[in-house]
This record gives sequence, C-alpha cells and structure tokens, in this order.
Amino acid sequence: MDFQLSDDQRALRSGMRDLLDAVFDRDRLRAAVERGGTLDRALWRGLGAAGFFALRVPEEAGGVGLGLPEAVLLFEEAGRALLPGPLVATHLAAGLVKGAAEGEAVVTAVDGDLPVAHLAEADAVLVGADVLVGEPLRAFVAAARPVRSMDPLTPLHRVAGRTAEIEAYPGAVPYEGALLTAAEQLGSATRTTDMAVQHAGDRQQFGSPIGSFQAVKHLCADMLARTEPARAAVYAAAVTGDPVEIAAAKLLADEAAVRNARDCLQIHGGMGFTWEADVHLHLKRAWLRAAARLGGAAAEELLAAGLGTARPRSGSSAASGGGTPEAGGGG
Amino acid sequence: MDLAYTEAEEEFRRRLREWLAGALPGLPPKPSPDDWPARRAYDTTWQRMLYDAGYAGLHWPADAGGRGATPTQHLIYLEETEKAGAPYVGANFVGLLHAGPTIAAEGTAEQRARWLPPVLRGEAVWCQGFSEPDAGSDLAALRTRAVRDGDSYVISGAKTWTSHAEVADWCELLVRTDPDAPKHRGISWLAMPMDAPGITVRPLRTLAGSREFAEMFLDEVRVPVRNRVGAENDGWRVTMVTLSFERGTAFVGEVVACRRTLDALADEARRNGRWDDVVLRRRLGRLNAEFRALWRLTQWNVAESERTGGVPGTGGSVFKLRYSGARQELYGAAAEVLGGGDAFDLDREWVLDRLSSLSYTIAAGTSQIQRNIVAERILGLPKGR
Ligand SMILES: Cc1cc2nc3c(=O)[nH]c(=O)nc-3n(C[C@H](O)[C@H](O)[C@H](O)COP(=O)(O)OP(=O)(O)OC[C@H]3O[C@@H](n4cnc5c(N)ncnc54)[C@H](O)[C@@H]3O)c2cc1C
Repeated sequence: MDFQLSDDQRALRSGMRDLLDAVFDRDRLRAAVERGGTLDRALWRGLGAAGFFALRVPEEAGGVGLGLPEAVLLFEEAGRALLPGPLVATHLAAGLVKGAAEGEAVVTAVDGDLPVAHLAEADAVLVGADVLVGEPLRAFVAAARPVRSMDPLTPLHRVAGRTAEIEAYPGAVPYEGALLTAAEQLGSATRTTDMAVQHAGDRQQFGSPIGSFQAVKHLCADMLARTEPARAAVYAAAVTGDPVEIAAAKLLADEAAVRNARDCLQIHGGMGFTWEADVHLHLKRAWLRAAARLGGAAAEELLAAGLGTARPRSGSSAASGGGTPEAGGGG
Repeated sequence: MDLAYTEAEEEFRRRLREWLAGALPGLPPKPSPDDWPARRAYDTTWQRMLYDAGYAGLHWPADAGGRGATPTQHLIYLEETEKAGAPYVGANFVGLLHAGPTIAAEGTAEQRARWLPPVLRGEAVWCQGFSEPDAGSDLAALRTRAVRDGDSYVISGAKTWTSHAEVADWCELLVRTDPDAPKHRGISWLAMPMDAPGITVRPLRTLAGSREFAEMFLDEVRVPVRNRVGAENDGWRVTMVTLSFERGTAFVGEVVACRRTLDALADEARRNGRWDDVVLRRRLGRLNAEFRALWRLTQWNVAESERTGGVPGTGGSVFKLRYSGARQELYGAAAEVLGGGDAFDLDREWVLDRLSSLSYTIAAGTSQIQRNIVAERILGLPKGR
C-alpha cells in the first residue's frame, strides 16, 4: 500500500496549478464575474490543449491515457482556482462528443431537476445517455428558460420535465461525474481554508492578529479537520472507483466546501459580505455543486444501503464480521 | 496513489487471520467490566498469546524487542484483529501504545531491556500519571515534586484520572524536578513502580459506573534516579513524544471497530423496523461516510509515516479531533436504533459504549486543545489568547 501521490502525480498537480496561475489569475476570475460567467473560449481551448478534457481518453484514441486519480488532482486544482464552466460534463464527453477532448466544444449536462449550467453557450448537452447537438439542441435551448443565477460564474437555465432520480444513475459515468465534482469541492475547501488562515494572520483587532483569538483559531482548525478526511475519501474513491466510496467522498467534500466557505466568510467579517471578496463566489459554487451529481440525500441513501453485515461489501476490505467492540479506555 | 497491499503484506494478513481463527476460541470467558483484576488477567493473557505467536510489539523497533514491522503491517494487524473480534488492548493500553513506544524512542539500552519485554509478554501493566487536579489541559502546570536525595527522587503530590491505576505495575510519571525553572523546563519523565511505599490509589467511579480510573496520592515515594527517561528537566520534550504516540496512533484500530458497530446497527435497524425511518437511515449513511473517510485518512497517514519515518506528527490531532466527535455521533445513533426503553438499558449492547464515548472528546487532550494544536502547529496561526 502506498496511499500517497506519486512523483508524476505531484508534477501533474503542480503543472496544473502553474497553468491556472498563468491563465486564470484573480484578474481573470473577476473579469469572468463581470462577464456573468460567459466562457473564455481561448481559455477553454487552452485547457483542451493541456489535456484537461482528454486526460482519460486512451492514447490510441488520441487522449492522454491517465486515470481517475489524475483527473481528481486536476479537478481539485480547478476547484481551487474557481475555474468556471461545465468542466465535468465536457471531461465526461471527451471521446463521445466531437471537439470535447480538444476543448473546441463546450458540453453541458442535464442533472435531474436542477437548472442546467452554461446551456446557452453549449455545443452539446448530455441528457441521460443521449447527446443533443445541432437542431435538437437549438430546440432544447429554445424551450428552456434562463434563470437569474445566484452564482455569477454559472449562468443557469431551467428545462422542462426532468426529475431527479439517483436510482436511475446507470453505469460508472455518473459516479465519475460525482467524484470529479467532489474533487472540485475539495479544492474549494482547501482554498477557503488558506484564505481564512491568511486573513486571520493579517487582520488586527484589539491590538493582535485575529488568528490569535481562540474563537477564530478553532474555526480554522475545524476547516482543516473537514478538509483532510474529505481529501482522503476523494483520493481513495478515485483509486477504487467504488460507488459507495464515491458517495462518501461527495458527501464529505460537499460539507467541507460549503461549511469552510461559511466559516471563511465569517472570519472575513464585514469584508466577507462584500462582492469584492471572493468568498461568496466559493460559497455559491459550493452550494451548486453540493446539489449537483449525487446530492446529500441521495448520497446518504446510497451509503445507508451499503451498510450491514448481510450485504456483500464492495471496494474496501475493512469492517464486517461478528462480535462487538469493547469500550476503549486510555488516557 | 495505491491502496492495494503488496503480496508480502497480503501473506502477512493471511497468516495472521489463520492464527486468529485458531487462537480466539481458546480465550477465557470475558470478565465483567467492573472486575478489574479479572480484566487485567484477561487482557494480559491475550497479550501473552500474541507474544507467543510473534505478534507482540509488531510496530516496535527490533532493538526494543519488537518485530520491526512496517506501519502498514501494523495497520493490517489492527484491521484483522478488530475484524476477528479479538480483545482490545485494554489494560495494556498505556504500555503498548504510548509508554512503551516512548521508552523505545527515548530510553537507554538498559531501560529498553528492562521495561519493554515484560510489556510485550503481558507481565507488566503500565498507567499514565500525567494529569493532576490542577493540571489537565495545562499539563505543564503540574506540581508533583521530585527532590533529589542521593540515588533517588523523593516524590510528593497528587495525580488524577489515572486509568488502570488499580492494576498497574508501573506508571509513566511526570514530576517537577526544578520548581524555579520556567514551567515547561523543570519537568522530568519517570518510571515509577506502583508497589513503592507511599502510593495510595483511590478509585474514582466514572459516569458509566465503572472504576476505570483513579486518584493517586504520592507521599514521599522513592524512585531511583536511573528510572528517569531522558535528561533531568527535559521531561516536557519526552512528554511531547508520548503525546504524539497517544494522539497519533493509539486510536487507529478503533475506527475498524466503529465500522463493525455501524454494520451491526444497520442489521438491528432492519430487524426492528427502525430502518424505515428515513432520518435515522440517512444518519447512518452519513456515519458510513465519516468512518470510511477516517479509515482512508488513517491509511494516508500511515503511508506518509512510512515515507517519512519516525514519530507520528501533529496530523494525529486532526484525526483525534474528528474521530472523537464521530464516535459520539455513532453511539448517539445507536441509541436511536435501539429506541425507547432499550436505549436506557445498561444490559443492552452499545448502551455502555455510548456512555464511554463521552470521554473521547476529553481524554488524551480535549477537542479544544486539539483545535489549538491544529491551528497553531499545522496552520501556523499566532499563539495567544
Ligand atoms: C476516561 C478518561 C481517562 C483518562 N485517563 C488518564 C490517564 O490515564 N492519565 C492521565 O494522566 N490523564 C488521564 N485523563 C485526563 C485527561 O487527559 C484530562 O481530563 C484532559 O486532558 C482534560 O483535563 P481536565 O480534566 O483537567 O480539564 P480542564 O483542563 O480543566 O478543562 C475543562 C474544560 O476547559 C477547556 N479548556 C481548558 N483549557 C483550555 C484552553 N487553553 N483553550 C480552550 N479550552 C480549554 C477544556 O477543553 C475543557 O472543556 C483521562 C481522562 C478521561 C476522561
């Protein structure tokens, strides 16, 4: 067992971080906010050229030929940088929709009864196992109603007649989507922790950095204590690909992203409540992602169904067996 | 990132499993939780069986009488023994999980040879004399005095919450050897024989009704100077080693036990109809996520310590903080699964565990103290108020 990043994986992650620092720094983030989240096609193609979408397409088919663990690291970085766009859907569509792998096409997806992200700009829409392009896509968009999106980085449309049914999640692809979404949440949770710690060290009140006050310190400590188990869960799920493990990863990463953003906002005080601070952007995206692709109730049901000694266990080798644990003691 | 165990690790697992299947039926019957001498006998018998089979001190270095196993093998050991329903370390907790490892790391060759083999053979039980009535979270405020008299320290003071003190042979004791030094500088770490004259142990009853821990009064107790581990007045540094073992590795096996309990809760809920309660069912689902993640975090930490070597780091505080809360949640859910009257019946499974779980956010450093450690030592926030 060597449950640590390999050198190649570390290099991949830092390469992605460097790329995003170069092409999507804070000025570009704020510019994207001012544009209402419309996508920068040149940036999208740049991501394509860097292999972001084709990462898991086999080399024979012109892709990069890497796996879920590597994809998770890239999506974590995307979440950290708050990179906008239907990244997960386009990634999942690579090899399936023309131009998706190269970043030439923007592909979005319908997810239960949630509003659809970036529909107006999409070159294709995934609806269950169907791919809508061309005329059917135009008809689909025409029938949809734009929503005044709470998240300035994610334009939304309501479409008619969809229902959310987790039971209907067929095959592995929707779970992979949930895991990649969880990875974005993990990146966001890490980023808001960094932002909170940074601010807590800089901002002075009562003649001291606010980070020297225990009430603030404990908020920060809890942020890390949410992020680290979520990270272990997301990475492990990427290695096993097990649906129950993915549900665990999604649930914990959602919680880490949402609650860390809340705490980060609190630590920023009045400034945290402004449009100028980036905290609200993290919180709004985190809320959207938490509802998307295996939301809380669905994930909990899946995890509950995975419990009990009578059922065969998938993935992990831990737990199961008879007897009762004893009360632990110790100092 | 790789979660697969190597062939050698799987072979280790297979042999351990086989041995457990043969050994466990031969164990004496489990004693009542209140019969401490019987509990000691039960726990040390199990330790002796482990020793004879070559599984004692797996994770200890070979020069400390251990097997020099890798952290991953130790993890497999914890996983398999918990899965098989083998006894918990119990009275051997302090000796095996933190006093022993501290002596292995900081003791002289003579000290290692003297104290460690009896722990491994189940002949010596240790307790931890750190906390005092006026020094708990602020451990360095301890006042128990040790005055040098020839080859001995003469010790007077009081300790409290000393788990297993009634049945222990040795105590890892913190004493103040220099009352004039700044509070962290004047402390020494001693091994005190529990049969020395001047020691009075007065059991305290826990909220669970058991005699889990005790007060300890020390009245001019003489302990040879050669029983000191580390230099005189350098005991705080040694203590940090002890605490890092206590927080870093001591609770890891219990995560497996919690996952077994969670499975048993689901079985019980399906049997008694509580499973149809959607709120309860989802609560159990959420706990499944929690304990799976804690297990994965453990694997991550173990793989990291395998890579870096040495004493576990402050990452143990993140684990301890999250685990202690999760364990309380687990037994809160258990009460709901049992429902109504059964949740209040001490003879029902899990009810006692629910009471015991209340100590998890207090013992081995409270959750507030763990948060301070995480914030200051991992996140680098300024020390202060
Ligand atoms: C079941 C059990 C077994 C134990 N076994 C042993 C043992 O074998 N040997 C041993 O030496 N000790 C043992 N202990 C003692 C344990 O380590 C202490 O109880 C613990 O460290 C807390 O100290 P205290 O009880 O003095 O509480 P206090 O330190 O008085 O704390 C009371 C409250 O104040 C909070 N607090 C204190 N200081 C701060 C701070 N700086 N910031 C924020 N909050 C703070 C605490 O979090 C807590 O909520 C055991 C305790 C229990 C419950």
